[in-house]
Amino acid sequence: MSAKGIRGNERTAGWIFVAPALIILGLFFVLPILMALWVSLTGWNGQGSPFTSRVPFVGLHNYTALFATDDLARQDFMTSIRNNAYYVLLVVPLQTVLALGLALVLNNRILKGKSFFRTAFFFPSVTSSVAISVVFLFMFANGGAINALLSAVGINGPQWFSDPRGLIHIALDRVGVHNAPAALADHGVLGLTWWDWLSGPSVAMCAIITLVVWTTSGTFMVMFLAALQNLPIQLDEAGMVDGANAWQRFWRITLPQLRPTMFLVVTLGLIGTWQVFDQIYVMSQGNPAKTTLTPAFLSYRTAFRDFDYGSGAAISFVLFLIIVLFTLLQRWLLRERRGH
Amino acid sequence: MRTIFSRFFGYAILVFFGLVFLYPFVIQISSSFKTESDAAANPLSPIPHPFTTDAIERIFVGTGFPTWLMNSVLVTVIVVLARVLFCSMAGYALSRLRFRGRRVLFAGLLATMAVPPVVLLIPKFLVLNQLGIYDSYPGLIVPLLVDATGCFIMKQFFDSVPVSVEEAARIDGAGVFRTYWSVVLPMARPALITLTILSFSGTWNEFPHSLIAVQNPALFTLPRGLADLVSGSLGAGTQYPLKLGAALLATIPVAIIFVIFQRYFVRGAAEGGERG
Repeated sequence: MSAKGIRGNERTAGWIFVAPALIILGLFFVLPILMALWVSLTGWNGQGSPFTSRVPFVGLHNYTALFATDDLARQDFMTSIRNNAYYVLLVVPLQTVLALGLALVLNNRILKGKSFFRTAFFFPSVTSSVAISVVFLFMFANGGAINALLSAVGINGPQWFSDPRGLIHIALDRVGVHNAPAALADHGVLGLTWWDWLSGPSVAMCAIITLVVWTTSGTFMVMFLAALQNLPIQLDEAGMVDGANAWQRFWRITLPQLRPTMFLVVTLGLIGTWQVFDQIYVMSQGNPAKTTLTPAFLSYRTAFRDFDYGSGAAISFVLFLIIVLFTLLQRWLLRERRGH
Repeated sequence: MRTIFSRFFGYAILVFFGLVFLYPFVIQISSSFKTESDAAANPLSPIPHPFTTDAIERIFVGTGFPTWLMNSVLVTVIVVLARVLFCSMAGYALSRLRFRGRRVLFAGLLATMAVPPVVLLIPKFLVLNQLGIYDSYPGLIVPLLVDATGCFIMKQFFDSVPVSVEEAARIDGAGVFRTYWSVVLPMARPALITLTILSFSGTWNEFPHSLIAVQNPALFTLPRGLADLVSGSLGAGTQYPLKLGAALLATIPVAIIFVIFQRYFVRGAAEGGERG
């Protein structure tokens, strides 16, 4: 041992211990981001290396094209943003409420056999997204299980994956608005008319929403359950002594204590839902009529199918920014609430 | 009276959602043993009529399934072993060893975890392409060898364990590597199991990486091959029994691990929660 004592060789050892992780993460996380930043400023088409002088440098064109130029690229991008926004708007609340509801039932002390049900609810979230998408494709097929169930209660189910109609458009049609009002159809913003922005999620998207809520609720249920089991039981009992009913105790006692978990679940939900990709790839490839196109899938398609890697990378970075913004917004809201 | 009512109500909810969460798998299993016309005509029926293993047999002779299975096993085994070793080493160093740059490295690790994976699809392809390992086994495997979340889980674990046992070993004259190998690793068993389970299910189910890393069907893993089956490489008909059967076979290994090691999955979900 050297004069430095038992910590003498830790300096070298430390670096040796982190070296494999550092090299792999550096090569496949940090370096790629830098390379993609460069490529997003070029018009590279996938031929040869993107780092030669023959590759056209286009500056911020790939970014401005998504927002400022009135053409198909912007229209597709804005459509994908719209689709994903409706998807987020439905999936995040639904999965959060379902997860919390299931956790509350499972936390009930008077029920038995709970571990079986916890396993059942949790299982879908550990299965392969591709494998489970295959199952749901079959269930939502035209003569599939979902439509068989619907017809059992007298509903004529739609042709899920070939129906591009938006839910809001369908609802308006029901109340007599069969065509787009001129005020909405003739004006718009960012390449889509107001009527298109207000379509709601398409029927096809609803099938994907169902699948995702079904698969992810289990994980969040486990988080809620862990939080519920850590709550001190005395508070609930005090509420009972004071004559509060179950509903009041839930709203006034349990829910406020679950606030940190709630914010966590919503944050993870927001981050996850803006990244939806596997299910889109397997079930719909953005169809019908681009109503299940999402930024993640559009970025993949633009790069690997249309060989426009610059635009594809630019879409990735804009998506990254969207996710960062939502996370920051969430953090900011969290701080506000805690201040009270 | 009220408890009887709420107990009944509670069970009703549990059974209803139990069906909602499990019946799709019942449909999947039964349809794998149906004929194509039976699957189309009776999509809800849990009993195949007639019972046939035709679809399952065709998975093995008529598709690339055996190849995908071999590739998935190969990739998963290598990745799990590497992650257990590399993540525990990195986690140990970040938690216990004192060296210059440790804080910066840990901040970098947290930043890496915050990057949404789907944003990295094109960037990773660029690196694989530039390194000349696109469409090869190294391209399929090497980028998965270390997982930032895995390193984080191990670091958190070592932070929670008292340092006294190792100190004793060190005072007895064992070097850093000896101590790590014969004292620290055996002690870290619970965390290593969690890491193994998470790495296994994550790698076995990994889809987007195989999508951008390879295009040669001989290099497809199970999720990639399944996605390819669905997008119409089969030719005529919907062939749902075959597709559902292939998806079923791909799900079985994770299902077995899940049933045996459920508490580690739960711990994994909770760990995922803590980093938020």
